[in-house]
Amino acid sequence: MTHVPDTAVATGPVLTVDDLGVQVGPVNLVQGVGFTIGSGERLGLIGESGSGKSLTALALMGLLPEGLRASGSIRLRGVPDDLLGTGERRLAKVRGRTVSMVFQEPMTALNPVMRVGDQVAEVMLLHGTRNSRAEAAAAAVDLLDRVRLPDPRAMARAFPHQLSGGQRQRVMLAIALANDPALLICDEPTTALDVTVQAQMLDLIGELAAERNTALLFITHDLAVVATVCQRVLVMYGGRVVETGDVYDVFTTPRHRYTEGLIAASDLSVVDGRGRLRTIPGAVPNGGEFPDGCVFRTRCPAATTRCERTPEWSGPPGHGFACWHPVGEDR
Amino acid sequence: MTETPQIDPAPAPLAAATPDTAGDPVISARQVVRRYRRPRRSLTRPGPVVEALRGVDLDVAYGQRLGIVGESGSGKSTLIRLLAGLDRPTSGSIRFAGREITRLPDRSLRFLRRDLQMVFQDPMSSLDPRMTVGDIIREPLVALGHPDSRARVAELLDAVGLPAAAAHRYPHQFSGGQRQRISIARALSPRPRVLVADEPVSALDVSVRAQILNLLMDLVDEFSLTLVFVSHDLSVVRHVCDTVVVMRDGEIVERGTTAAVYERPTHPYTEALLAAAPTLRKALAAHAAARNRKEPQER
Repeated sequence: MTHVPDTAVATGPVLTVDDLGVQVGPVNLVQGVGFTIGSGERLGLIGESGSGKSLTALALMGLLPEGLRASGSIRLRGVPDDLLGTGERRLAKVRGRTVSMVFQEPMTALNPVMRVGDQVAEVMLLHGTRNSRAEAAAAAVDLLDRVRLPDPRAMARAFPHQLSGGQRQRVMLAIALANDPALLICDEPTTALDVTVQAQMLDLIGELAAERNTALLFITHDLAVVATVCQRVLVMYGGRVVETGDVYDVFTTPRHRYTEGLIAASDLSVVDGRGRLRTIPGAVPNGGEFPDGCVFRTRCPAATTRCERTPEWSGPPGHGFACWHPVGEDR
Repeated sequence: MTETPQIDPAPAPLAAATPDTAGDPVISARQVVRRYRRPRRSLTRPGPVVEALRGVDLDVAYGQRLGIVGESGSGKSTLIRLLAGLDRPTSGSIRFAGREITRLPDRSLRFLRRDLQMVFQDPMSSLDPRMTVGDIIREPLVALGHPDSRARVAELLDAVGLPAAAAHRYPHQFSGGQRQRISIARALSPRPRVLVADEPVSALDVSVRAQILNLLMDLVDEFSLTLVFVSHDLSVVRHVCDTVVVMRDGEIVERGTTAAVYERPTHPYTEALLAAAPTLRKALAAHAAARNRKEPQER
């Protein structure tokens, strides 16, 4: 099968993450995460709670909470230095300009005592992408229109509490896109929204990213959402990437046992003879309590003593898995 | 918060409630209206009135597995609060096992507290962090004057797949899925006939969600429970329920068997909901189509 070549190969990827780790004291919460995203490419990052997907995003933004350290390398096209190890002053120039992020909870991410138009204008003034307040204010109204808020002029004068959840998330998206970033990170942007609002929001993110050829990193626990929005997917469990590849390949012919289990458990239309769903036994361990070797071996039906050693990566970097007993290879 | 039954000083009647009358619904709601008054915004005028339910009729038969779907603000939570006797309707009638519950004082609702139990969305906020799991599960039994609560706790922990030793531990020592098992054990402790589950799996991880749904289905079968299952997730309701009602703006806009509503929706809102819900199947079909368009160019 021919793998669809990345359109960005010619110009180089927008984001290159290599051997990213996040530690708290001696405990590894994220380990050996590496991936690239090209211009206009949409990469999904899926995983359950404790998989390290949100920590990975925060590490990219340089927003890890106090006490957590990141290691490895994060390179952004157009930024000469490695983002890890860059000081806060220089990072602040990158954040909101070259890379921006939409968070899950729009109410806590917006300033409750500032009109939304001013909040959109602020990010442009801070980075100096507009010359005057008036120009930034006009650009803010344009942006609110682009994220399809009704009556953007009036909307710009509203406070966050006057907006619905979906409208607030559109404002967040307008702020994130204000400086035309090369990379947009969305962390569960639609989890708190209703089904119909979610569908509109997903369409909007996809369209706006395509319009400006923005690279998109989309983080979610919902497999159906990832498959709707993204072209490629990265599956995380226990702080490691266990499988990656084209959405279609990974979701139709998963190789890692965890990916297989996750897809089976989320497909509510497939049941056994008693009408029961297929499950992954056990529960996701707490951060730092995952086993050595293969992180999934304590819940894996195919685990053997071999799994006490960390599985090697099989396949090219952008398309492979880390499992000693992959699906489709008989033990 | 914890749905604690009213503690009544009178000795607890241990007799079962009225026997099932074949054909009669266990819950029957007629023209139920619930209005709330929002906090006032001006000194001179009263706050605006919100109509959360606008005349809902609903029958739930014994042994039925009813799903209630709707988006936020549709009135689904208001409806189940009324059915559970946690709130009173502005007008209309709700009968449980043939008895009108809307005008009874709280202390006369003991039969309802025993026969109808709830499982809530967030197992962390619905379990008292300062009580042991054993005490949490025992609380409804003590309140209802159950004679041997200790044996019953062990039996319930086993039924929901937790070790007996869990009784001596506290909720924070358990994962989200295990906490939801504890909520279910507590709900089942007074041997209810109706279980009302309000988004019971929405806060859970995908791999744990399937376990909890299977557990709920097992228990519903084993104890012949009537299930009222509220969710915004259409695929979960389709899997769990045999009948479904779709709510919007305080009204039921569509009702029918799950198969009929999902395969041949008649109301435009139901159609819109079904079309908007992302599914792996739909998304993968789109990927396959995109791939087929691309293939010829690549060769």
